[in-house]
Amino acid sequence: MSTRLRVNPIACDAHGLCAELLPELIRLDDWGYPIIEQPEVPADLLDLAYKAADACPTLALLVEADRPDRS
Amino acid sequence: MTEQLATLQSTRMPGHPGLPRLLAGLKSPGQVLTATDHERVHGPVPPRSGPELIEMVERAGLRGRGGADFPAAQKLRAVALARGGASAVVVNGSETEPESAKDRLLLTAMPHLVLDGALLAAQAVDAREVIVKVSASAHGSLQSLHSAISVRSDRIPIRVDTGPDGYVTGEESAVMHHLNGGRAVPTFVPPRPFERGYRGRPTLVNNPETLAQIALIARFGDRWFRELGTVADPGSVLVTVSGAVTSPGVYELEFGTPMVDLLAAAGGATEPLQALLVGGYFGTWVHSSSALQIRLSRTDLIGIGASLGSGVIIALGQSNCGLRQSGRVVRYLAGQSAGQCGPCKFGLAGIAHLFDAVVQGVARDHDIDRLHRWIYEVRGRGACHHPDGVARFASSALEVFANEIELHRLGRCGAHAVAA
Repeated sequence: MSTRLRVNPIACDAHGLCAELLPELIRLDDWGYPIIEQPEVPADLLDLAYKAADACPTLALLVEADRPDRS
Repeated sequence: MTEQLATLQSTRMPGHPGLPRLLAGLKSPGQVLTATDHERVHGPVPPRSGPELIEMVERAGLRGRGGADFPAAQKLRAVALARGGASAVVVNGSETEPESAKDRLLLTAMPHLVLDGALLAAQAVDAREVIVKVSASAHGSLQSLHSAISVRSDRIPIRVDTGPDGYVTGEESAVMHHLNGGRAVPTFVPPRPFERGYRGRPTLVNNPETLAQIALIARFGDRWFRELGTVADPGSVLVTVSGAVTSPGVYELEFGTPMVDLLAAAGGATEPLQALLVGGYFGTWVHSSSALQIRLSRTDLIGIGASLGSGVIIALGQSNCGLRQSGRVVRYLAGQSAGQCGPCKFGLAGIAHLFDAVVQGVARDHDIDRLHRWIYEVRGRGACHHPDGVARFASSALEVFANEIELHRLGRCGAHAVAA
């Protein structure tokens, strides 16, 4: 059972709060859009991950329980 | 890609009995198989229950021909699981890859074969209707489809829906978005159409060639299907060949055919080749020295870092500058971004700009480093795979035409330029 970060790139508007709150896992590219360096959220950062998702003004940051990508 | 290409006759590969299959019955350019022709060439569709059809498609090992190469039976099963049936079978005839002509050929010349496949699939997934989606500009296909539909009497309605041109409009979620009344641009997935598509219900989206193959499998069986191709890559496939060949056009061949045989079927190269673009703009460049050694099979292609995609192969002669051509393609693809996702909108524009600088010979080492970094970083960060495709294409161009990069810096060009 793992928790992963994902960005909805259509909703994302490069506000950058996620990278502010969770620099351990998220950094910004040259245009201010998030790069999820490490999608798997370690247990000790779960709280911060949820905070970051709540803080996103466009709700673009998603914290998801591991869901096998059913393609 | 001109209309002329789409009407070129298919070629029976020398020494390969059993071909053509999809293109059977085509005797002259511009020919359209009527319902009568179609029945005479292929015979009637035997009744096949849904489970029976899916079983046959599974045993046949058919994979989707739209570019994703996904096992067709698996997709059928996933949609067939829907309680209450699927909303529709969508024939994705968008064919937005600029150099591809195979889907247009199928829809124009043998619409009944594609429609047969769609109806069979519709029965398998208990769909309420068949929707054929094509570009509004696909006049030949539209005329043929309307004509074909008017003489059919199928169990469920078939309708044609037209959409705008544009490279990303053919992407599965973009097609769905358009059919549901939105813009023809990709949406954030999951859910994918097989779970939640047309009108919110599970929807089967298939390439016209995939459905045409299903129409043949239903008639002649999975063992027949496997008489061509290899164990790992069974059956026949349509390939659009263009560029430095004598007879560009759509060819049907079996998987495992040597690349040189395909080029020979297309009349041979018009000049010594330096590289092949395998998979169209969504594919990769490969040095001719590698490409000409292989057979058209997934294993061989993976071995040279390529994939057939939607079956487009473009031959680049020595008189052409691969770097310059690639720059044009990158610029085009960047312009085709839906503009919904920052990394794609800005990243591709940045990549195109730096690639231009490389072509002009004015890019310095740190520019090239930045170009590589931007190519690396854009991957996986769009809602669809458009940025990934551009990254892959650009990356392969920089690798295959590495010598050109140096020459351009010196104000020269390796191609014996024919014209500016």
